[in-house]
Amino acid sequence: MESFWSWFRWLHDATGINLTIFYDSFDRGRFASGFWMTVKLSAVCIVLSVLIGIVGAWLQRSRLRVTRRVVHWYIQFFRNTPPLVQLYFFYFGVGSLLTTTAASGANVPMVSNVAWAIVSLSFFAGAFNVEIFRSGIEAVPQTTIEAAESLGFSRLRTYLFIVFPLAFRISLPALNNNLVNLVKTTTLAYAIAVPEMLYVSSQIWSDELNVPEMMNVLLFCYFALVGLLVYVMHRWERAIRVPGFGV
Amino acid sequence: MSRRWYGPLPQATDLAVLLPSASRIAQTAAAERIAGAFRLRLRPAHGVALLALFILGCGLAQAQVQPGQPSILATLWKWTPVLLRGFVFNLVISAVAMAAGTIVGLFLGFAQISLLLPVRKGAWLTTHFFRNAPWLVLLFYCMFLLPFQVTIFGVTIPIPDWIKATLGLSLPVMANVSEIVRGAIQSIPTAQWESAASLAFNRRQTLWMIIFPQCIKRMLPPWMNLYAILTMATVLTSIVGVNEMMSLTRQALSAENRSGLLLAFYSYVLFWFFLYCYPIARWTVRLEARYAVNH
Repeated sequence: MESFWSWFRWLHDATGINLTIFYDSFDRGRFASGFWMTVKLSAVCIVLSVLIGIVGAWLQRSRLRVTRRVVHWYIQFFRNTPPLVQLYFFYFGVGSLLTTTAASGANVPMVSNVAWAIVSLSFFAGAFNVEIFRSGIEAVPQTTIEAAESLGFSRLRTYLFIVFPLAFRISLPALNNNLVNLVKTTTLAYAIAVPEMLYVSSQIWSDELNVPEMMNVLLFCYFALVGLLVYVMHRWERAIRVPGFGV
Repeated sequence: MSRRWYGPLPQATDLAVLLPSASRIAQTAAAERIAGAFRLRLRPAHGVALLALFILGCGLAQAQVQPGQPSILATLWKWTPVLLRGFVFNLVISAVAMAAGTIVGLFLGFAQISLLLPVRKGAWLTTHFFRNAPWLVLLFYCMFLLPFQVTIFGVTIPIPDWIKATLGLSLPVMANVSEIVRGAIQSIPTAQWESAASLAFNRRQTLWMIIFPQCIKRMLPPWMNLYAILTMATVLTSIVGVNEMMSLTRQALSAENRSGLLLAFYSYVLFWFFLYCYPIARWTVRLEARYAVNH
């Protein structure tokens, strides 16, 4: 392994291509942690946004008018404002209100920037997911729900076991588009200093002055990450597609 | 799905019980996948909500005005020329990036349906490479890797930051336009190609005189939607230090050094973007509705 890493030192000496993230263990650790942070951020936001979508779509069919209005305005807000503005709104706007006083007397934020990035991005993608799941649910006919009722399913169990599984299969193509978009949007967390791949790379290139190498590594990493997600999701999508409803 | 005696038909379905919403969401998803961007749907209510937010922000700021300080509206009025200059900058960046991206994207889109395998594969790879890369990363790429000046025949031409940022934004536009072009050409029925061939048109003539004119109609709505999204994305250039409206707002806020201005200023900025993007979004919806009949 060590000879593999030192090959990149030889590459630097021979060609001037300075890939410190391979032969310098400090940079390697930094970049790995940044990569890992991007993966974690993406994974957590995907899970949370899908949950928000499921719950939101359920609430949008609520019998209470006020619940439906709240969900409606939540969607309108997050769908129609730029995600960067949302991130700033949460981190600088809400975050500056939520502070505690530390033992030293200084004001300390109660919620870290990573947590704000997760909250903001999940709400952003969640707003789209609510709409996606809602149209999926709308496609399930009333007769199917009545059939479930006649078998003694409660409202919640009908949703969980009958309506949602069908709706999910219908919504998956639209959901995939949104989740791919979400992974690309995680780069915005750079703006509030979340140590993800872009942020860590910018630290490395300002220390090592190897901007072109790091840029190419970064571009390749994102291409690979998003490409992998697209590939896996499309395979899954084809596997569970409802026959006759693709385009 | 079980195979029946007549074999697998593409439209045959075991689950014909779904309501029309199912095919609607499938169509939207397919259209959004080609366009590479979600559909912007702005309504007048959004403008009213923004205006309400702005008034609320002004009210909150006015309540914090100390005696001797100018009122919040006077402060906003004072900064408006500066902010609008920034906004015009945003619009210039979006227009240039869109123009450049569209021209290159058109060629890339045609290359994607080339009969030559290497050209086709190369164009496909280029398109998907730039579609999968996040916009911010492409922006950084151009900002840091392009030289700040070039020397051609002894003449040194400086390249300002905003040109580099524009180039960075035109790369994803190029990839998305390429995919829009490919999608539109492939959505034209094969019968058009065949009837053109029967009238002795060659491939280039068919493409330019028969297929492409029909594509323009189909390309226009996603193309305009992409433009609206690009306009909103120009605020990203503030992260890399271009003096557009968002950076100028931040500078104005720190110059004023007063608490409570944040909401008023940022909702003001948002309102300007809404004013610009709203007509485009409405027009896109109208064009789409008009052209949808022909499908």
